[in-house]
Amino acid sequence: MRKVRILAYPYSVWMAIFIVVPLILVLLYSFTEGDIRNLAALRFSTRSYERVLEPIYLKVIINSFVLATISTLCCLVLGYPVAMIVSRANPKVRGMLIMFLVVPMWMNFLLRTYAWMSILSPNGFLNRLLEVVGLPKLEIMPGKTAVLLGMIYNFLPFMILPIYTVLSKIDKQYIEAASDLGASKARTFFRIILPLSIPGVVSGITMVFLPAVSTFVISGLLGGGKTPLIGDLIEQQFMWEGNWHFGSSLSIILMVMILISMAIMSRIDRNGKQDENGYSKA
Amino acid sequence: MDIVTAKFLGPESTTERGIAMEKGKKEKYIIELKNLTKSYDGVRVVDSINLKIRENEFVTLLGPSGCGKTTTLRMIGGFEDPDEGEILFEGKLLNPVPPYKRNINTVFQRYALFPHMNVFENVAFGLRIKKLPKDEIQERVEKMLKMMDLQNFGKRHVDSLSGGQQQRVAIARALVNEPKVLLLDEPLGALDLKLRKEMQIELLDMQRSVGITFIYVTHDQEEALTMSDTVVVMNEGKIQQVGTPEDIYNEPTNRFVADFIGESNIIEAVMLEDKKVMFDGHVFDCVDTGFAPNEPVDVVIRPEDLKVTTPEQGMIRGTVTSVVFKGVHYEMLIENEYREYMVHSTLASPEGSVVGMTVQPFDIHVMKREGYGS
Repeated sequence: MRKVRILAYPYSVWMAIFIVVPLILVLLYSFTEGDIRNLAALRFSTRSYERVLEPIYLKVIINSFVLATISTLCCLVLGYPVAMIVSRANPKVRGMLIMFLVVPMWMNFLLRTYAWMSILSPNGFLNRLLEVVGLPKLEIMPGKTAVLLGMIYNFLPFMILPIYTVLSKIDKQYIEAASDLGASKARTFFRIILPLSIPGVVSGITMVFLPAVSTFVISGLLGGGKTPLIGDLIEQQFMWEGNWHFGSSLSIILMVMILISMAIMSRIDRNGKQDENGYSKA
Repeated sequence: MDIVTAKFLGPESTTERGIAMEKGKKEKYIIELKNLTKSYDGVRVVDSINLKIRENEFVTLLGPSGCGKTTTLRMIGGFEDPDEGEILFEGKLLNPVPPYKRNINTVFQRYALFPHMNVFENVAFGLRIKKLPKDEIQERVEKMLKMMDLQNFGKRHVDSLSGGQQQRVAIARALVNEPKVLLLDEPLGALDLKLRKEMQIELLDMQRSVGITFIYVTHDQEEALTMSDTVVVMNEGKIQQVGTPEDIYNEPTNRFVADFIGESNIIEAVMLEDKKVMFDGHVFDCVDTGFAPNEPVDVVIRPEDLKVTTPEQGMIRGTVTSVVFKGVHYEMLIENEYREYMVHSTLASPEGSVVGMTVQPFDIHVMKREGYGS
């Protein structure tokens, strides 16, 4: 055991330098004001947190959560059946389907989003197609719909893969047993497959919701700045406004909200499982 | 050959189902398999099986792994579709009925208890699916748990149970639905020897008390002989013999059955005439008739039916080559110029000594030689 532990030292050092220290700095900046380059001259202040509560910024935060929630739900609704189909396919087809899911992820995230721009832009592929068919043009870019489409496209594989993993591990005997005990296919799904796949759904939701709520590239490119998200706001404060204090408090707020949503998710995950004595709660 | 509880169906009866049904009135069969066939990748794992199973019968499908016994069971349960042939349930064709509509329940090999439900919910599953009133479900599940000696386990999670307890939950979950037929796929395979023996007795008592037809799959010949009313010995997708445990043990129909069920000496012999069989240069009296004169046959003699005597008194003479103590008896190998005999005896003869052996006429079992005659 002790020898193995040595292997963890490089990571511990890495974590201390690049995660713990920056986190402390962000926390420090968020509760202070003054010259960011002179740590000794910083004064305690809650002004940047007060600023977060201003309606214009609150709206951005709420907007981010609403968009992230919608795109997570869309990913779930679209992704679950796909995960189901992939897990049921025969091994050869299954490998190919997974390839199709993973291949887009080999391409750069920015490139994929640019591709969506050229599809959705006013004179883009979609509108030209509609023109040919004789339908009116759609004005979805720049706008919320375009941002949503971009998010769903980019994050869908992160929903499908964990659900697929859990589904493919469900013992077929459970499904046969349910059928043996009189459950139709639909009943078997809702009473056996769905409950057993909850851990996959939870990690899928986590893996989509977290990047979705903090994304800034997609909204910048596809939203045209019309619907800034919390990620855009943070980027703006650090990169362009130079207000690290406000940027830091926004980051802390985002982090706290993510922690809360993760706590809720892990509670859902644990629900129905047994406690330490082997007695189930349900 | 006298088969008391189950019978082969001749191939002609599939074409004359009406007549078979007429006969069925005399003896009520709950399950009939007719020319049942299933292939995987061109290999016939179940090959034209015909079998009739009576109500309240304890039938065991016995055979080595890969003999098609589990596939047969899964076809009865509805988890595999037969390529050919019919499964009749109370005289009605069962093939097109999906498993969830069959009045048959299964105890799976690895129990398949639902891991997200406690013991009570597992047992209640079938009743909840049927949408029975809540108090009836409560009552029936509790009664079943009590019968299985699990009354305080209702709230326990299935993962926290021992193998034997999980096994009882699996049986309770199936029996609570009051099926007409219970299928059991090697249900005791995962248990240790002592627990397995206990559960064999428990299962048998249970089957007697609930009066349900049990179709039981196992590769353990002792288990099959202990529990069954009827044993169906299978090999390479075909039924080798159907009969009571006594029939199967005492009157094996062929080399495979004799070899698979218990230890035996299988001897190539010639049937000189009725009740006279010759091997090892001697003519022995036996009780079998109906063979052609000088027909080559296989003879089975169980090791416990050979009695060791002095060399002068023996019908066969040989040298003891090995003696192994087995607890109840000694297992001796006795060699003569033709072959080696296995003998079970409570008295040991020293290795290297020359002894004689005798065998009673009714302990010589003559079987048709495979590939000879029809």
